[in-house]
Amino acid sequence: MITDMAEESNTAKDNHMAELAAALNERFKPLEVNYDQYFAYLKIEPGALPAVMQSLYDDWGMNYLGNLDAVDYGEEFEVVYHLYGIPAHDKKIAVKVRVPRQNPSVPSLIAIYPTADWQEREAYDLMGIQFTDHPNLVRVLLPDDFSGHPLRKDFGKGV
Amino acid sequence: MIETETYTINIGPQHPSTHGGLHVEAIMDGEEVKDAIVHVGYVHRSVEKIAESRTYAQFVPYASRLDYLASHLPTLGYVQAVEKLAGIIVPERAEYIRVIVSELSRIASHMIFVGSLAIDLGATTGMVYCFRDRERIMDMFEMSSGQRMIASYMRLGGISADLPESFYPAVESFINDLPGMIAEYHGLISGNEILQERCKDVGILSAQDAVAYGVTGPNLRASGVDYDLRRDDPYGIYPRFEFRVPTGQNGDSWDRFMVRIEEMEQSGRIIKQALRDMPSGEIQAKVPRILKPEKGREVYHRVESSKGELGFHLVSDGSDKPYRVHVRAPSFINLMVLPLICRGGKLQDVITNIATLDPVLGESDR
Repeated sequence: MITDMAEESNTAKDNHMAELAAALNERFKPLEVNYDQYFAYLKIEPGALPAVMQSLYDDWGMNYLGNLDAVDYGEEFEVVYHLYGIPAHDKKIAVKVRVPRQNPSVPSLIAIYPTADWQEREAYDLMGIQFTDHPNLVRVLLPDDFSGHPLRKDFGKGV
Repeated sequence: MIETETYTINIGPQHPSTHGGLHVEAIMDGEEVKDAIVHVGYVHRSVEKIAESRTYAQFVPYASRLDYLASHLPTLGYVQAVEKLAGIIVPERAEYIRVIVSELSRIASHMIFVGSLAIDLGATTGMVYCFRDRERIMDMFEMSSGQRMIASYMRLGGISADLPESFYPAVESFINDLPGMIAEYHGLISGNEILQERCKDVGILSAQDAVAYGVTGPNLRASGVDYDLRRDDPYGIYPRFEFRVPTGQNGDSWDRFMVRIEEMEQSGRIIKQALRDMPSGEIQAKVPRILKPEKGREVYHRVESSKGELGFHLVSDGSDKPYRVHVRAPSFINLMVLPLICRGGKLQDVITNIATLDPVLGESDR
């Protein structure tokens, strides 16, 4: 009985995220859009990030940047932003940008989301992502004289 | 006004009021705090890197050690994230037991908050009362998991063992005594005029700043923002319980204190309902011994921990080990507003503000 209800509500969530993904696709013409029952995923160019985020903040009520982190995919890094709205609980958007390993630079979002400050410093510290226009991009967890970025997959492997 | 030279006072990293290894550089102009620079990372243990060389199940004890004052809450966040990733359905009874131990963890964490605020502000006796009451929760955790503080009790798809018979009378008497304990804290701590003077209108955080800086949990609610993930982005079986989300008005240290006291009462209500409705049955779902979530899948799962939004971002590459684990630590992000709320205050207010932001450095530094 309870399982059925859960399944039903999952389908409803799927439909909701599908609508959200379609609306995002319509509005931003991103590189890629997809969704699961928890998030609508929006993949965009790094250069478009500040404009897209500003618009999500202003027009979609996404005023809360819940999480920011980076994933090492070998040739590229992916920076992921999980956005929510307070009190707009129904929209959940994950914005992703991919940057090349040789030049991993992403515009900083401090001007829109002050909470990005330490989270960007952490992504720089542990993964080596360069956030342009960040006023104080220094290490936050590791000592200042540490060399390398330990969450990179090649860290400590002589590369 | 005469320009005076500023000077720096270092608070921590080795100082009892910093609740672990936290270093605050207070830039002083006379008696006034001009600015504060926060340094974290003294207990960085590279938990996220370790996760990449452990299987999904092996990481559970590491998750427990993130927030050692409420170890069930980060464990819950992690196991639920993996369950989302791999599509595991948890048996009903295990869900109820998870809620009971999680809410007990929340009460224990808030008791530490009240006690450590008291001792930071010089009220040693108040601290002893809170730790006395918290001890009863630690005893219950010892009964259920064999561990007092870092009880890696939850498993992927369930919990490690059913509750022993001795647990029920202990939890029932604790819940019945909880209102009396809280009344005692009010009499001993919140009724104290010195404590009130040192908390009221100290470290005011506006609702707007709280949201902008990503402050979550009781700190956000104290600023008047009615946002609790247990209600607003529910996980597990939380929609089945009735509870109120307490909020403050001024966002000062006093509100942060009072919100947590009220949250203890509400957690007591949830535990009561869980004990009443708990069915009998299985406590562990059938989970493959070698769990390999589908390649390319990722989840971000968040729970309301005693400190705020605790999130896990997991990425799978189809192997038995996670490709990437990121912990969104509420203590880390809440600490970002410390300079903001300290500016313009006195040095003594910095101590109050650290205490009422309630960071736990094991989680902040990961």
